[in-house]
Amino acid sequence: MYKIVRKEVLNPTVTLMEIDAPLIAKKAEPGQFIILRVDRDGERIPLTVADFDREKGTVTIIFQIVGATTEKLNHKEQGECIADFVGPLGVASHTDGLKKVAVVGGGVGCAIAYPIAKKLHNLGCEVHSIVGFRNKDLVILENEFARVSDVLKMMTDDGSHGEKGLVTDALKALIESGEQYDEVITIGPLIMMKFVCKLTKEYGIKTVVSMNPIMIDGTGMCGGCRLTVGGETKFACVDGPDFDGHLVDFDEAIERGSMYKEFERHAYSEACNLFNKEVK
Amino acid sequence: MPNMSLKKNEMPSQEPNVRNKNFLEVALGYTEEMALDEAQRCLNCKHKPCVNGCPVHIDIPAFIHQVAQGDFDGAYDIISESSSLPAVCGRVCPQESQCEKNCVRGIKGEAVGIGRLERFVADTHNSKENVVIEKPKSNGHKVAVIGSGPSGLTCAGDLAKKGYEVTVFEALHLAGGVLVYGIPEFRLPKAIVQKEIETLKALGVKVETNMVIGKILSIDELMDEYGFESVYIGSGAGLPRFMNIPGENLKGVYSANEFLTRVNLMKAYKEGSATPIANSKKVAVVGGGNVAMDAARCAKRLGAEEVYIVYRRGADELPARAEEVEHAKEEGIIFKLLTNPVEILPNAENKVGAMKCVEMELGEPDASGRRRPVVKEGSEFELEVDCVIMSIGTSPNPLIKSTTKGLETQKWGGIIADENGLTSREGVYAGGDAVTGAATVILAMGAGKTAAAAIDEYIQNKNK
Repeated sequence: MYKIVRKEVLNPTVTLMEIDAPLIAKKAEPGQFIILRVDRDGERIPLTVADFDREKGTVTIIFQIVGATTEKLNHKEQGECIADFVGPLGVASHTDGLKKVAVVGGGVGCAIAYPIAKKLHNLGCEVHSIVGFRNKDLVILENEFARVSDVLKMMTDDGSHGEKGLVTDALKALIESGEQYDEVITIGPLIMMKFVCKLTKEYGIKTVVSMNPIMIDGTGMCGGCRLTVGGETKFACVDGPDFDGHLVDFDEAIERGSMYKEFERHAYSEACNLFNKEVK
Repeated sequence: MPNMSLKKNEMPSQEPNVRNKNFLEVALGYTEEMALDEAQRCLNCKHKPCVNGCPVHIDIPAFIHQVAQGDFDGAYDIISESSSLPAVCGRVCPQESQCEKNCVRGIKGEAVGIGRLERFVADTHNSKENVVIEKPKSNGHKVAVIGSGPSGLTCAGDLAKKGYEVTVFEALHLAGGVLVYGIPEFRLPKAIVQKEIETLKALGVKVETNMVIGKILSIDELMDEYGFESVYIGSGAGLPRFMNIPGENLKGVYSANEFLTRVNLMKAYKEGSATPIANSKKVAVVGGGNVAMDAARCAKRLGAEEVYIVYRRGADELPARAEEVEHAKEEGIIFKLLTNPVEILPNAENKVGAMKCVEMELGEPDASGRRRPVVKEGSEFELEVDCVIMSIGTSPNPLIKSTTKGLETQKWGGIIADENGLTSREGVYAGGDAVTGAATVILAMGAGKTAAAAIDEYIQNKNK
């Protein structure tokens, strides 16, 4: 069992949890992920490592409540335990030799973008962060990003906070203004990453994406998380989750991600019934 | 007076048309009367040919003799000297090609039902309450076992009995390896696997789940920082192969590993399971091994109307056990032999809609000695399916190899080990599918047993 040592509600749909897992905390690097099960009959879900404290022995996860399992997880309180917590899995993000990088995060993807921005910043790299949310109520980690970014562009779809517009608008403006990036790192909804890649391809800027396909074991034994990258089949859990965004078949990934939509919707409404909540 | 019946006692089992709708165990096991009667068929041969066919060398005539006397506890003790998982092996070993193949009674008539008797003895023992297991006295030496499949558990059990402090590291949340995620409930009830693991824990074996060795800890750290004097790698061959044909990444295409993991480990067959699985009406399982049979029989039980085994060679070449093929046929699985998929086609919703196949003919034998399948010209046809399960084999996961310096492997990923299981690294042993590639449960157990003896010798010599 793994204890929740801190719980913090970041916005109405996004929660942070710091989990006691000293061995994982010792090894985890930005870009890696963990797999957890809330309880004995639960499913295994992957979540990216949002932060870690090697001395305290904790790993931080940030999750959006999107279905039955995240709903159940969100009902766990500080001091309670979750059944299983496995990691660190996947390959850490590459940061070697980067001098100037644009980190583009969308929604809860910002929770994954943040530790990479932080690491790059600590390595002395110039970091331009572009973070996007639907509206001001959903903004997370603004202060954290501000601390590690040389430039921070806050975007909201409705203009209720920061600038109105999409992350691609801000990225395009920065590139057009003459900023030259070694690399763009983007993490967020598949559709957002797809359009970031489309944009950067025009300018020939190398772009790394963090993929989030359906997973079971997360150790390379099933291939449920497979993607087509540069015409080859790759397992996101062991070969990734980071890939060259210009080589990823996003349309296929979007299709595969919808495989259990109906089941998930049903399970979510059941979970919400359990907690007397309305499905949003 | 021995029982000279030429046939072995039939084992009662669920009717095919009943069992293909549930996940309960197919074979129901001998009653005491059947076991006593079957035990009388053993001639108690002096030269014990059956024992040579058993990879862990159980003293078969001795335990059967005890069964015939009605001393089931005595029989269990004899089996336990050699095997740590009798309730499992009695069920899943291919006895026809091992112990029972050498049985003298099999020369004229059927061999003694050794597997069925082993199962009876183990089940009788396991159904007893309050069995006290004495934990052996510790010899103060620590050994780490990576992987809790049949080879790791056997190695751990043998070493624990000798007094070693053994810790088994398992990547998944449940111990058992292929016994829990691969082999379905209806062939091997998971409660039986858990019971055998509990017995090992009572012997003092520690089982640490959620530990992906190579990620959370390396073999070097286990040896240098945690004080393990020797490590046994029993990490199996769990990396699935795909055919690399168009359409293989469509929704509804699974590896057999994913399909079986969802069904068995995550219990997706149960009403209200948190883990989903596709609702399929027409399923094609590509491949002809035991895993393919398991996947097909699971798909049928999940409610598919038509389930096909699609295999590129003929009936004689099917790698699955004859009994499994027979069971599958009884349950209504349709065999499309000499057939090979070339493309998976989408339906209007971008899910699997059909599988384009070609018919095959058997040509000249290839390097492996098997006749090579050759495509029949102009034989292309479409098989309407909404789910495809790829069951064309697995290879060892590269994680341990890539994180352990100086550990030599074959080109295809198998760890190189000598006949005792010793790898290219001092004190590091390996066995089971991690060394051989996908094979059988009992061969993995045999390898675990051999390595346990070698590890014992290594540590004893080192500390002299």
